[in-house]
Amino acid sequence: MNSVFVYCEIEEGVVADVSLELLTKGRTLANKLGVKLEAVALGHGLQGVEKQIFPYGTDVVWVGDDERLAPYSTLPHAKMLVRLFEREKPQVALMGATSVGRDLGPRVSSFLHSGLTADCTSLEIGDYKDVKSGKEYQNLLYQIRPAFGGNIVATIVNPDCRPQMATVREGVMRKEVLDANYKGEVKRLDVDAWLEDADLVVRIIERHMEKSKVNLKAAPIIVAGGYGVGSKENFNLLYELADVLGAEVGASRAAVDAGFCEHERQIGQTGTTVRPKLYIACGISGQIQHTAGMEESSMVIAINTDPNAPINKFADYVITGDLNVVIPKMIQYYKKNSK
Amino acid sequence: MKGLKIVVLAKQVPDTRNVGKDAMKADGTVNRAALPAIFNPEDLNALEQALRLKDMIEGTTVHILTMGPGRAAEIIREAMYRGADGGYLLSDRAFAGSDTLATSYALSCALRNLEYDLIICGRQAIDGDTAQVGPQVAEKLRLPQVTYAENIERCENGRLTIKRRLERGIEVVECPMPCVVTVNGSAAECRPRNARFVMKYKYARAAQEVQEAGEDYMQLLNERPYLKLTEWSVNDITCDSNELGLSGSPTKVKNIENVVFQAKEAKVLAPNDADIDAMMKELITNHTIG
Repeated sequence: MNSVFVYCEIEEGVVADVSLELLTKGRTLANKLGVKLEAVALGHGLQGVEKQIFPYGTDVVWVGDDERLAPYSTLPHAKMLVRLFEREKPQVALMGATSVGRDLGPRVSSFLHSGLTADCTSLEIGDYKDVKSGKEYQNLLYQIRPAFGGNIVATIVNPDCRPQMATVREGVMRKEVLDANYKGEVKRLDVDAWLEDADLVVRIIERHMEKSKVNLKAAPIIVAGGYGVGSKENFNLLYELADVLGAEVGASRAAVDAGFCEHERQIGQTGTTVRPKLYIACGISGQIQHTAGMEESSMVIAINTDPNAPINKFADYVITGDLNVVIPKMIQYYKKNSK
Repeated sequence: MKGLKIVVLAKQVPDTRNVGKDAMKADGTVNRAALPAIFNPEDLNALEQALRLKDMIEGTTVHILTMGPGRAAEIIREAMYRGADGGYLLSDRAFAGSDTLATSYALSCALRNLEYDLIICGRQAIDGDTAQVGPQVAEKLRLPQVTYAENIERCENGRLTIKRRLERGIEVVECPMPCVVTVNGSAAECRPRNARFVMKYKYARAAQEVQEAGEDYMQLLNERPYLKLTEWSVNDITCDSNELGLSGSPTKVKNIENVVFQAKEAKVLAPNDADIDAMMKELITNHTIG
């Protein structure tokens, strides 16, 4: 049976978290389908890279090690992947919804004429019956994502085309080692056989990569602001509270789009997914794209002037009121009680 | 330097910030008629990059290609008010229900009708957020692609130097033309409308709109042929009709769930001192905050 494939993103020899998360999910899917989990590692200086990949239950790691494959560039990676997929015919192929995966995925899916669903928040295996033809399909990949203004959750399937491709954002799936000593097989790819000059026409002439300074994923407490915060200045109040509590500041897409807060702080389907111990939502209405990125928080405080804001459904504490009144009181009573 | 021929792929999108109840049809596709329609924001960023090249290199032309219903001609006019030279509307029922792959196929077939050095579009549209159409069009036309562009810095010897804004940094790449570039929202904002162009083009119409206009308009069109926007149906492009619309879309919508939030027991507090004091005490006592 055809395998589940995960494209591994690699920066300076280190496999990205999002790829390890997808391997974890890929293992579960492969078990349900009764097939192998295979990974693709393309780059340069990849000696021993499989050691990072096997523990997630990977049966085969395809390694393409060549200086033309690092740093990532669209055409060479796409060529390697389509040649491999043409030969191995995976039934499922997953990649991160990152600036690499979102550049590579559509290129590969177009070449192979396979369907691709971006930014999935859940992946499952299930059956499907085509209403028009009445044809029944078993064990398809359900690609589940909120769509269209967050009013709906759509389940997408690719009945006829392979591989069934999906991208998933970092932090959406859990990363979990299956077995530190899991035994897999390394298979080397013949890069020279597949790459042509035409794949190398785009030249990278400068590159500056930095570690993101904001670490929302690791923050135990997050103070997040929405459009209801009202202005960039009002966000300062959120920073004050975050400072006092040892928290990180996050924002909804609406707040980021309005320019109240920088993009790297965005939480939700098109931002970071977080699971903090405490999530304080200030002036956030609670559109599903946002709640998809915070609904696993252990505890939620919602501060909103609207007593019927959807965010309240996720909250352990609902404070109906003006955040400009509530937040200073929270700071005041935290200081008083923590002594 | 010889002027460039630039095609901007642009999309009229429902304003997803104003979505009403009847936004979705029973078959899971979007009911566009029920929504306010706007110029996809990142496509405007792309238009600005194109117009800057036009400012920089004499003889450069900028045309819009958009796929959509008759009213999508609005965004061709909008682009012309800002400095574009003209545009093409690709409109046919045969395209209805297209996923990103079928959309890219239709656009690539229409592009084969045109000459271009550069195809440029926004990174993604706000109604789908997939960022797939740009790279898929590039692949269909076998062109190199540069995604996440923030600024086209130079155009020399048939090559573009482009700054890309990535999640964790920046990259500057050099790419030969013809190519496809997708532009980030972090790029320069589009210039405003130019009053002179608004006066000149406000009566520009695509074929579907001309049909609805009266006799007087036909006379105006005869006097000013530049007001006629090119409209193509499926018959005006060379394509395999099996690759279009729902039948050309590998992805199918299995089902749609309207979002129902699960209520959980919440303590409802007033914004007063007693309630907030009590809450902070609780949070400290149960070690939620330290």
